[in-house]
Amino acid sequence: MSGQTEAKLVYMANQIARNLAHEPHPASAVADHLRTFWTPAMLRQIFAHLSAHGEDALDPVARTALAELATGRAPAPQTRATDPAQHGADAG
Amino acid sequence: MGYERQADFGTPEVRSDTQVTLEIDGRAVTVPAGTTVMRATAVSGGSIPKLCATDNLKQFGSCRLCLVEIDGMRGTPASCTTPVADGMKVHTQTPKLAKLRRGVMELYISDHPLDCLTCSANNDCELQDQAAAVGLRDVRYGYDGANHLAAETDASNPYFDFDATKCIVCSRCVRACDEVQGTLALTVESRGFGSQISAGVKSDDFLSSECVSCGACVQACPTSALMEKAVTEIGKPERAVVTTCAYCGVGCTFRAEMRGEQVVRMVPWKDGKANRGHSCVKGRFAWGYAQHQDRVLKPMVRESIDQPWREVSWEEALSFAASRFKAIAAQHGNNALGGIVSSRCTNEEGFLVQKLVRAGFGTNNVDTCARVCHSPTGYGLKTTFGTSAGTQDFDSVEESDVILVIGANPTDGHPVFGSRMKRRLRQGARLIVIDPRRTDLVRSPHVEADYHLPLRPGTNVAVLSALAHVIVTEGLVDEAFVRERCDWDEFQHWAEFVGQERNSPEFLEPVTGVPADLVRGAARLYATGGNGAIYYGLGVTEHSQGSSTVMAIANLAMATGNIGRRGVGVNPLRGQNNVQGACDMGSFPHELSGYRHVSDAATRALFEAEWGVPIDPEPGLRIPNMLDAATDGLFKGLYIQGEDILQSDPDTKHVAAGLAAMDCVIVHDLFLNETANYAHVFLPGSSFLEKDGTFTNAERRIQPVRKVMEPLNGYQDWEVTQELARALGLDWNYTHPSEIMDEIARLTPTFAGVNYARLDAEGSLQWPVNDAAPDGSPIMHIEGFVRGKGKFVVTDYVPTDERTGPRFPLLLTTGRILSQYNVGAQTRRTENSVWHPEDLLEIHPTDAENRGIKSGDWVRLASRSGETTLRATVTDRVAPGVVYTTFHHPATQANVVTTDYSDWATNCPEYKVTAVQITPSNGPSEWQEDYAAQSRQARRIAGTAMEPAE
Repeated sequence: MSGQTEAKLVYMANQIARNLAHEPHPASAVADHLRTFWTPAMLRQIFAHLSAHGEDALDPVARTALAELATGRAPAPQTRATDPAQHGADAG
Repeated sequence: MGYERQADFGTPEVRSDTQVTLEIDGRAVTVPAGTTVMRATAVSGGSIPKLCATDNLKQFGSCRLCLVEIDGMRGTPASCTTPVADGMKVHTQTPKLAKLRRGVMELYISDHPLDCLTCSANNDCELQDQAAAVGLRDVRYGYDGANHLAAETDASNPYFDFDATKCIVCSRCVRACDEVQGTLALTVESRGFGSQISAGVKSDDFLSSECVSCGACVQACPTSALMEKAVTEIGKPERAVVTTCAYCGVGCTFRAEMRGEQVVRMVPWKDGKANRGHSCVKGRFAWGYAQHQDRVLKPMVRESIDQPWREVSWEEALSFAASRFKAIAAQHGNNALGGIVSSRCTNEEGFLVQKLVRAGFGTNNVDTCARVCHSPTGYGLKTTFGTSAGTQDFDSVEESDVILVIGANPTDGHPVFGSRMKRRLRQGARLIVIDPRRTDLVRSPHVEADYHLPLRPGTNVAVLSALAHVIVTEGLVDEAFVRERCDWDEFQHWAEFVGQERNSPEFLEPVTGVPADLVRGAARLYATGGNGAIYYGLGVTEHSQGSSTVMAIANLAMATGNIGRRGVGVNPLRGQNNVQGACDMGSFPHELSGYRHVSDAATRALFEAEWGVPIDPEPGLRIPNMLDAATDGLFKGLYIQGEDILQSDPDTKHVAAGLAAMDCVIVHDLFLNETANYAHVFLPGSSFLEKDGTFTNAERRIQPVRKVMEPLNGYQDWEVTQELARALGLDWNYTHPSEIMDEIARLTPTFAGVNYARLDAEGSLQWPVNDAAPDGSPIMHIEGFVRGKGKFVVTDYVPTDERTGPRFPLLLTTGRILSQYNVGAQTRRTENSVWHPEDLLEIHPTDAENRGIKSGDWVRLASRSGETTLRATVTDRVAPGVVYTTFHHPATQANVVTTDYSDWATNCPEYKVTAVQITPSNGPSEWQEDYAAQSRQARRIAGTAMEPAE
C-alpha cells in the first residue's frame, strides 16, 4: 500500500468533513458520503492506515464518521460479480 | 433523402395567441397575428419572389421583389414588411407586379457576371431562381455600363471565399452577423452604387477582421458571393442527412450535405431545437479531422510501451486485449480492471462500455470525463433539486430578464448558445458576469454587463454567500415560493447562516477582491429584476469547492423563486457533445443509468435480470483513484474509449505514472493521442459521421446521430466494444444501436418513452420521457422538485489549500477558446489552427512589466507540480495577480503545472486555481523537448515510415 495514497485518503476525509461541518449531523453526513462514494478497498486502506499511524491527522468529525462506519456498517450483500474461489481474492 | 434546400418562409415565425384569417390569391389562410404577408403566403403553399428576405432574419424591405397588391391599399407594398390583417385580400401575381419584378431583376442582372454554367452556385442560386421566377428574358440596359465585375475575391478565410463580383448587396450577410451571431463584424461600406460588403475597416479581410467564421453569412448569402470552398472544389451536394455535432454541449444539428460518400458542407438544420439554424466555426467547418491522414485505421498491439506498434488484424488485437484482461483478473481480481466511457461517443456506445465493465469485467470501476468537468453539477443539483442536470431548455433564455453568468465564457465555449444569449441581451435583458477575466460577454457590440464581479480565483463560494447575504438581509427572498416548494426548516438554517456578518459583502471583500457595492447591486438585480437565470460552467465546478458552488447557486435560485418556469433556472453549460449522455448512461462508478446508486437492490435486480449476471453493490473507483491504485500496484488494466486523460487530466506526471504502472491499457480512439503513448492495444475508432446513435446535450435533449459514410476503420465504435465483449466471452448480439436504446429505455425510467421511431418523427426528446411526461420535459421542477422539496444546503466558504506565496505568487486559471476544442485532437487537425496555432499565456501589464515580459516572449510557467514554457500575451483582460492559458496543444502540456487538489465531493480537479510563477525563458523547456521526443518514439509503427504529427 502506498503511503502517498493513504495520505491522500486522510486528506480527502478531512476535506469532506470540513465541507459538511454545517450539516445537522456532520459525522453521519460524512459517513454517508464515504459509504456512497468510496470503494471498500479505499475504506480498508484508510482503516489500516489509522491503525498503523493513529488518528491525529484526522479531523474530529471525520474520526467520528469513520468510527461509525467501522462499527455500524453492515457488510455489503455478497452478490459478487465473480467467484473469488475462481479468480482469487479481491486485491481491489 | 435527396437534396433539397431547406424551406425558407421569408420572415421569422411569430407566435401569438390571436389568429388572423386573410385571403391570398383566393385561398383562405389563417396564421398568428403579426405574421407577414410573405410568410403567410409561403406557409400556405404559395410563393412570392424575394432576395433580401430570409426567415432567420428580420424583414428588411430593400430588394423590392416581393411586392404584392392588396385590395384597398395604395400602391404595391412589400409583402415582407406588411403584417397580415383579418379580411385582407392579397394578390401575389398580377401583370403590374410581374412588370415591376422584371424591372428589379434587370437592374440586378445588369451588374452581375453571367457565368452561371461555371459558377459554384449553379442550380443552387436564389438569384438564378428569382430571375426564372419573374420571367426575365432580357436586360435592356446592356452590360457596358459601370459595374463591379472587376472586384477582387477575398479568399483569406480557410473555409469560405467572398467573391465581390457575385454580390448583390442584399445585406443578408451583414444582418446575419448582427442578428444571428451578434458579432457585427460585417458592414456595408459606402452608399448607392458604391455599396460593398466589408469585413471591418478597409484594411481588413475576413481573416483579420472580427469575423469568428461562424458561417451565418455564407448560409444567408443568396448567390455564390459567400461560398464554402468545398462546394467550389467538390461540387453541389446531392443529398443531405440530418445529424448532430460532435463538439460541444450545445448539440447543434446539421444537415450533412453529401456528394457520394464525401461531405461537401455541414449546414445548420433550421428545425434543430438546440441551435435553431445557427452554428459555430467548429461544427460548421471543422469536420475534416474525420478524414485526416493522422487517422489510425488498423488495430495495433505491442507487448510493452517502449516497443513500436505492430499492425494486426481485429481478431488478433481483440484476442490480445481479452487474454491480457483475463490474466489480470485471474491474478489481481476483477477490481484491478476498469473502463472510461467517452463523453464524445454516443449514448448507446457509453451504455455498452459501462455494461462491459459491470457485466464483463465484474467491477464498478467505470468513469467518464465528467469527472474533470461537471461531476460537481451531478452531485450538487441532485442534492438540492433531485436531478443531475440543468433545469431549462436553451429557448428559455428568450424570456430571461436578468442573466447571471458565473465561471463560463459562452461566446467562446458554447458559441451558438452565446449568440442566443447576446440576442436576448440586445433586447434589453440585464447581465451579471462573475469571472476573474473580462470575458467578451462583459463588453461587446451592443452588450454590456450591468455588473462584472472580477473575483479572485478560488472564491466562488464566498461571492455567492455574499450575494445570498444581501438577498436574505434585505428582505428579497421569495417567501411564498420557498414555503411552498422547499423545506422550510432547511431554508431557515441556511438563511440564518448566510445572514451572519461574516458572510456580508463588506466582510468578504478582502477575500474575494470584489467591491461590496458591486455585490450588493448584483444581488438586488438578480432578486428583483424579473426572471433571473443562472448559467455556469467549469469556472464553477473545477474547484476544491465545486460541488458547494453548484449548491450555492441552487440556493440562490430557490431563495428568489427562479425555478420551474421559462426564463429562469440553473443552467450548467455542459462541455462535451455527449457528457450529459455519458452520465445519464451510468458511467459513474457509484451509479447505474438514470443516476441510481449501485447499492439500491431494486435497481440492481432490474439490471441483473436483463444482463444475467450479478452487479457489484459497492461503488467503484473514479479516474483519479484508478491512477492512485495503479501506482499502488492494485489497478492493472484499463479500457479507454475516446478520452485522452494524459492531456486533459491534471497533474500530468501522476497520470503518466499511473498509466505506466498498468499491464494493459487499451486505447480506442481516432488518433494516437497522448494517452496512447502508454497503451498496449490500439483499437481504431469511428467519427460521428460514421455511426448511428444519439447524443444528449446540455438541455437533456436526446438527438439522433446519423451515419453519412461508412466507417473508415471498418466498424462503428459500438461494434468494436461488442467485439471486445465477445472476445471476453459475453454473448452480445446487437445489430443496430436502436436495440441498445430499447434496452436503455427498459432499464432507465427517465428514458422509458425514448425510441428511434419517436426520435425520427420528432427530431429530439428531452428526458425525462415517461408516463408522467410522455412528450419529454423542456422545463423541470414545474410543479415540484424531483426530490420533492427543494433542499437548501449550507455552503460555508473553505479556502483552497492551494496558496500563493513568495515562490509562486500568481494564480493561474485555464479555459477554452472558440476555434479550438479541448485537447484539440479534432480541431488541431483542421484549418482552425490558423486562429490558434499555440496556447498563449495571458498576463496583466503590471505583472509583465515587473518581469520584463512583452507579448510574444517565451515564458516559463512553473508551479509546485511542474513547469512548461509557452509564449505570453500581455492584456488587461486578466487582473493583476492572475494569469490565464488554454490547453489545446499537447506541446504545451498545460496540465503539467496543475495540482492534485480537487473538489471535496467528486474529486473534480481544481484546474482553475494553481499558484504559479512566470519568468522569461529562451524557448521550450527541456521537459517539453524530452516529451516531444518520447512521444515520437511511442508512436512508431513497425514496418512503416509513419512519423505521426505531434
